[in-house]
Amino acid sequence: MADLLPEHPDFLWRNPDPKPSYDAVIVGGGGHGLATAYYLAKNHGMTNIAVLERGWLAGGNMARNTTIIRSNYLWDESAAIYEHSLKLWEELPEELEYDFLFSQRGVLNLAHTLQDVRESVRRVSANKLNGVDAEWLDVDQVKEVCPILNTSDKIRYPVLGGTFQPRAGIAKHDHVAWAFARKADELGVDLIQNCEVTGFVKDGNRVVGVQTNRGTINTGKVALCAAGHSSVLAKMAGFDLPIQSHPLQALVSELHEIVHPTVVMSNHVHVYVSQAHKGELVMGAGIDSYNGYGQRGAFHVIEEQMAAAVELFPIFARAHLLRTWGGIVDVTLDASPIVSKSPIENLYVNCGWGTGGFKGTPGAGWTMAHTVATGEPHPLNAPFSLERFVTGALIDEHGAAAVAH
Amino acid sequence: MLLISCPNCGPRDETEFHYGGQAHVAYPEDPNALTDEEWGRYLFYRENPKGLFAERWVHSSGCRKWFNAVRDTATYRIAAVYRMGETQPSVTGGAK
Repeated sequence: MADLLPEHPDFLWRNPDPKPSYDAVIVGGGGHGLATAYYLAKNHGMTNIAVLERGWLAGGNMARNTTIIRSNYLWDESAAIYEHSLKLWEELPEELEYDFLFSQRGVLNLAHTLQDVRESVRRVSANKLNGVDAEWLDVDQVKEVCPILNTSDKIRYPVLGGTFQPRAGIAKHDHVAWAFARKADELGVDLIQNCEVTGFVKDGNRVVGVQTNRGTINTGKVALCAAGHSSVLAKMAGFDLPIQSHPLQALVSELHEIVHPTVVMSNHVHVYVSQAHKGELVMGAGIDSYNGYGQRGAFHVIEEQMAAAVELFPIFARAHLLRTWGGIVDVTLDASPIVSKSPIENLYVNCGWGTGGFKGTPGAGWTMAHTVATGEPHPLNAPFSLERFVTGALIDEHGAAAVAH
Repeated sequence: MLLISCPNCGPRDETEFHYGGQAHVAYPEDPNALTDEEWGRYLFYRENPKGLFAERWVHSSGCRKWFNAVRDTATYRIAAVYRMGETQPSVTGGAK
C-alpha cells in the first residue's frame, strides 16, 4: 500500500526568518491568508511579501471547519463571489499540482416546513438566474440522492424536499492549505510562523509597518486575514469592525464504511453532515450564543446537533463520537463577509466570513489580492465593503442562503 | 456549559438563559440628529474584546429578568453579575 503513495517531500515550504521590510504583509496564515499570498504573487507579481502567523500555518479555522464547498447563495453579490470561488476550486487541484481530494458530491439543503419550501424554491430560481447550478428536489428525489436519509413523515420535522447543487462538495482542508502554502513559497513568498503581530506602525493615518514578537517589519501594505481575531487586530490598528466573535463547534465520528454519498445540510433542525474520504462522519453545529475566543463551546450545543443528525439519519444512532472541537468565527450582522479597504490607509481587511469561510478561500484570496495590489476592490468584492454598514446596502444572507446559523 | 448566577435565582445552567450581547449600549437620545456614520455605528458596531466584556443575559426559564454580567471572553469565566440599572462593578484580571 505504502509504495502506491507518491513520495512525500520533507518540507513543503521554507521556514524563513522575517526580512526587515516587505512590499506587503499578510497577517494570518490560514486558508485566506495563504490564498491571498498566492494570488498576490501569481496574479499581481508581488513576490516580496510575507505571511505572518502567530501559531502554525492553518492551525485555526482552516483546521477546524467541516470543509463544505458550495455557491448556492440567494443574493446576486453573494452568488457572484461564491460562484467565482467554486470555479477556482474546480481548477485549483491542477493549478496547485496537489490532489487535495476535492469531491463534487453535491449538497442537499433540506426543507422541513412550508416556509422552508417556499424559500428554497425561490433560492433555486435566484441561483439559476445567476448561473449557479441548482435544482429543487421533491422528497422522493431527495431519497434517491441520499438513500440513508429518513424521509418518513413520522419524525418531528419531516423532510418535505430540498435544494441540490451538484457541483458543491467537500475537500481535505489541511491539504488545501499546504497546496496554497507550497505554491506561494515557490513563488517567493515568506511564510513566517510563530510570529505574532503585537502592534502597527503608522505614519499619520498610513500604515508603514507591523510590530511583532520577532521585531518590527516595515511594509508598504498590510492585509488582515485573521478571522476570529480580526477585531483584536483592528483595535490595535486603531479602528473598529462590525464583527462579533463566537465559538463554533464541529465533531467527527469514528471511521465507518462509506454510506453517505453527498453533503446534507438542514437549517431547520440544524445540522450539516458529510462523510470524509477516510470514513468519519463530519458534522457541524450552530454557534454558541455568547461572544467567545476560547475555541471551545458547550456540550448542549453538540447534543442538540447529534439529536438532529440521528433523527435524519437513524443509521448513525450507534456511531461513536471520536472528537469535538471549536473554532472562533467572525460574524457580521448581515452574515456576509467584509473584503475591503479600511479607515487606515494601505491597510485592508478580509474578515466576517463567519461560519462559511472555507468555501470562500480561493474567492477571498483572489479578491483580497486584487484589493491589496491595486488599492481598489475587485468588482466581486466591491459590495462587501465596510461602507455598507453606513449606506445600509447590506447583503442579508441570514437565513437566506441555506446557511445554518 | 456555563454556570450562570442569576441575581434573582442563583446559579443555573446556561440552557436556562438567552444571550443579549454587549451591555450598556444606550439608544441614541435623538436618532434624527445622527449622521449616517453615527447611526451605522449604533446599529452594527459592538465591542468585541478578547478579555473582560460587560454583556446582557436574560433568565428565560427562571425569573425572566434581564441582568448584566462581566465575563472573560477568552476563559469564559464570569467575574461578576449585577442587576439592570446598577453600574458595572470594577473587576480586574482577564485574558490579555
